[in-house]
Amino acid sequence: MVCLLAKKSLHVKAKELKTDVVVAKDLEISFGRIFEETWAEAVGPTPFPSITDLRQWDLRLLQRYKPFYLPFCDVCCLCTFGKCDLTGDKRGACGLNMAAQQSRIVLLACCIGAATHTAHARHLVEHLIEKYGRNCPIDVGGVSVEVEAPVTRLVTGIRPKTLQDLEDALDYCEEQVTHLLSATHTGQEGSNLDFESKVLHAGMVDQVGMEIADMAQISAYGLPKADPEAALTEIGWGVADVSKPVILVIGHNVPSAVGIIDYLTDKGMYNAVEVVGICCTAIDMTRYSPSMAKIVGPISWQLRYIRSGLPDLIVVDEQCIRADALVEAQKIKTPVIASSPKNCLGLENRTKSPAEEIISDLVGGKVPGALILDPEKVGEVAVETVMAVAPKRKKFKVIPEIEEIIKAAQECTQCNECMRACPNNQPIPDAMKAAAKGDLNPLAEILENCVGCARCDSACPNDFPLHSFMVKAGEKSLTEEKFKIRVGRGAIQDVEIREVGGPIVLGEIPGVVALVGCANYPRGGREVAEIAEEFAKRRFIVVATGCAAMSMAMVKDEEGKTLYEKYPGSFEAGGILNVGSCVSNPHIAGAAIKIASIFAKRKLRANYEEIADYVLNRVGAVGVAWGAMSQKAASIASGFWRLGVPVIVGPHGSKYRRMLLGRQDKEEDWYVYDARTGDKVYAGPAPEHLFTAAETKEEAMVLIAKLCMRPNDTTKGRAIKLTHYIDLHRRLYSVMPDDVHLFVRNKADIPITMKDEILKLLEEKGWKETRIPDPTLLPRLIRKRKGE
Amino acid sequence: MGVTAEPWQTAEIAGPKKALLILKPEVVVAMVKRAKRPVLVVGHLAAEDYSDDIKMIDYAIRLSRTTGIPVVATAHMTTEFIKRGFQPAGWMPAMDIGNRLKDPEWKGLDGIGPYDLAMFMGLPYYMEFVILAGLKHFSANLKTISLDRFYDPHATWSFPNLPVKDWNESFETILSELGEK
Repeated sequence: MVCLLAKKSLHVKAKELKTDVVVAKDLEISFGRIFEETWAEAVGPTPFPSITDLRQWDLRLLQRYKPFYLPFCDVCCLCTFGKCDLTGDKRGACGLNMAAQQSRIVLLACCIGAATHTAHARHLVEHLIEKYGRNCPIDVGGVSVEVEAPVTRLVTGIRPKTLQDLEDALDYCEEQVTHLLSATHTGQEGSNLDFESKVLHAGMVDQVGMEIADMAQISAYGLPKADPEAALTEIGWGVADVSKPVILVIGHNVPSAVGIIDYLTDKGMYNAVEVVGICCTAIDMTRYSPSMAKIVGPISWQLRYIRSGLPDLIVVDEQCIRADALVEAQKIKTPVIASSPKNCLGLENRTKSPAEEIISDLVGGKVPGALILDPEKVGEVAVETVMAVAPKRKKFKVIPEIEEIIKAAQECTQCNECMRACPNNQPIPDAMKAAAKGDLNPLAEILENCVGCARCDSACPNDFPLHSFMVKAGEKSLTEEKFKIRVGRGAIQDVEIREVGGPIVLGEIPGVVALVGCANYPRGGREVAEIAEEFAKRRFIVVATGCAAMSMAMVKDEEGKTLYEKYPGSFEAGGILNVGSCVSNPHIAGAAIKIASIFAKRKLRANYEEIADYVLNRVGAVGVAWGAMSQKAASIASGFWRLGVPVIVGPHGSKYRRMLLGRQDKEEDWYVYDARTGDKVYAGPAPEHLFTAAETKEEAMVLIAKLCMRPNDTTKGRAIKLTHYIDLHRRLYSVMPDDVHLFVRNKADIPITMKDEILKLLEEKGWKETRIPDPTLLPRLIRKRKGE
Repeated sequence: MGVTAEPWQTAEIAGPKKALLILKPEVVVAMVKRAKRPVLVVGHLAAEDYSDDIKMIDYAIRLSRTTGIPVVATAHMTTEFIKRGFQPAGWMPAMDIGNRLKDPEWKGLDGIGPYDLAMFMGLPYYMEFVILAGLKHFSANLKTISLDRFYDPHATWSFPNLPVKDWNESFETILSELGEK
């Protein structure tokens, strides 16, 4: 029997034990937890890997994809030696240089992200065990999903069957995050590349934490189980029936929202109250109840919705919630319930107070809000409070009238402070100039590109609420915002993998594009929809999570249809899938892993390096986080990097402080082993980068097509991929790419319709034919060595 | 001309080492003349800013035609250059050109040798900010100039925050001094 030991103790007690060699009384023995082991697959080389177990793999990646550091700050101020000037080749008082400091900051960000998802998962698992029991089975897709936890299986080597099994993997995640965070202390790690290796480890651990969270909630709450035809639900600023009391939930951790929906259902009140949400809690509560819950929009919709006065009660849980949510809520006389220990907002903990008392205090305005750390009680208090508060509030709002805006605009001094504070450098002073003459259209146009940060408000020396001005100017189009989104489907089915695994690995499905992440967009969310549709039309598979999945829904075509109404929700060429919330991202990584495991029959269990090598060389998947903003987005991306999936971020992502870039002009970087012979073979710069920021949507599109190329592509597959790359390059850049010769291995790779043109180009470049290897970066995977 | 050495985006504070202010356009002229291997990197905003009449891209083309300085177009800027009948020497993402400029071994677009002066215009302010920071810290032999009308503290030299009119006049002076006909 194979046993894996985790942290949960196994206690054996014996009143009296007699053997040939010993007689013992009151014997008590403790073991680490022993898993009941029915998984026939042998344990791979790296179960529960430590922070150095996969270091060699990381260093291989970093040898090719070298960090390009982009210091956001020239100093270090993390200890009392500092501030230390790290400019150029200077070192700080602790001896650290700028490269190491930048990678240290990236590691800090990824530890924050991984800790956040892991803590989210821990809270969910504990809550769900309390509610449904330790033996609640893990079921993310019934018979359609046998590999239920590809990331957890791959990383830890365990196959979770019940909620309690998830605790063991969580113990592992928490331990690793602690080790990783400790490495950022002054006087610990000194090498930038070792910091980078730890960044990749944090990302891998983060993937486990996220997978656990989503597995737990899918299994226990009965969220859609790998359902390509998950229901369509409503999204948009205008979807709520505001004649009813409105509860707005914001955040990522869904139990409180579930508590509200359950209470409404139990009391037969589901038509009496509107429950709407912002950010990932919204996504997850529509997975729980697509008929009762609605989505307002992504993270950047918070201020505009609150200031509009539409919510009669706000419930916040955790992550990506504006820190001033309570302050803004007070302005519109709306009470707030905080429901997470991570986000108490300074409110009194009323968890143990009788519900009637809390309701009375909130309705009477005695307190601005309450901290309630019990999702069921949140449900009761929220519903009963909103029923009483709504008639009193009468949708009180703080959005000014047009006359007030014009008057303020006439007083505007054109100091430019608003524009200088705006992340997207929006021409607010010009818009105010127009508003002074009664034209509010420029302010409305700015709202289209607005990320909802309201730094303009803070910057204005006249204290004009500029964001509110924009909301008023754009009010008409906001109220018309009504779209359809397919609720998060969860995992990819095994049978879907079997059907597309071959075409993906051979290159005949040109790629999988994962649109993920936050809403810090340079030019509004419509660009995400444009990217998604471009690649769906080209028969790529498009998958989405979180704010990106929401933004994609918020665009209609001429017939009034959204992408989710036009394209299938199955994992197939031309599909557009909403996988779910932030914590659903591992279903995307899991699909890549399952291609290796189910389609290619590679061993999965605790076999991280081999599977990552497979994905890097064979699975043409690219992540795009067009509005990446948070530390969670950083750790999500780093989990994909270690698995061999390149990630493109939008221009704001350049502030993550470093890229991982390949150099196509350095031929020596692009050799792989041919696993058949052991020969080193030039495979071309595929994929060229592991992490880069694109300046524009057009650049991102060209990069996506290019980064989907893999050394393993068949000639037919490579020709298809080159067709897309060249076509996009010509259309968006107006010229032929100048690096086509690097991606043509033999003449059969050349797209037939471009043959003459490309042959001429190859001749100019002095191109030489190379062979298509069975590619790997791992010498141990060579089946026959030279001379054998 | 204003002389404020404040970053355009208020919170983008840099230092201790910050860009020297270009108080006179002749500074740019002198830097260009002194450079043995200059290059001009032009981002997508060059086709959008600053007004309907004045576009940075037109100045980039005139500068390149006057001096022979090669232009690297980032993002989809090749389209805009070609529309104006100008063929840039190369095109690549801003991150790629930044990464190559950092490398003292890179032989440049023409394979002859590394550049000693890189001028930037038209990238999003914050993106140019961090790329210039990367070059400030990790490319000892490269001088950089931000030719945008906003102060970018990570460049070696930068204009201060300028009104369009002043920036326009500065560029006309630069082109004239460099011998534009």
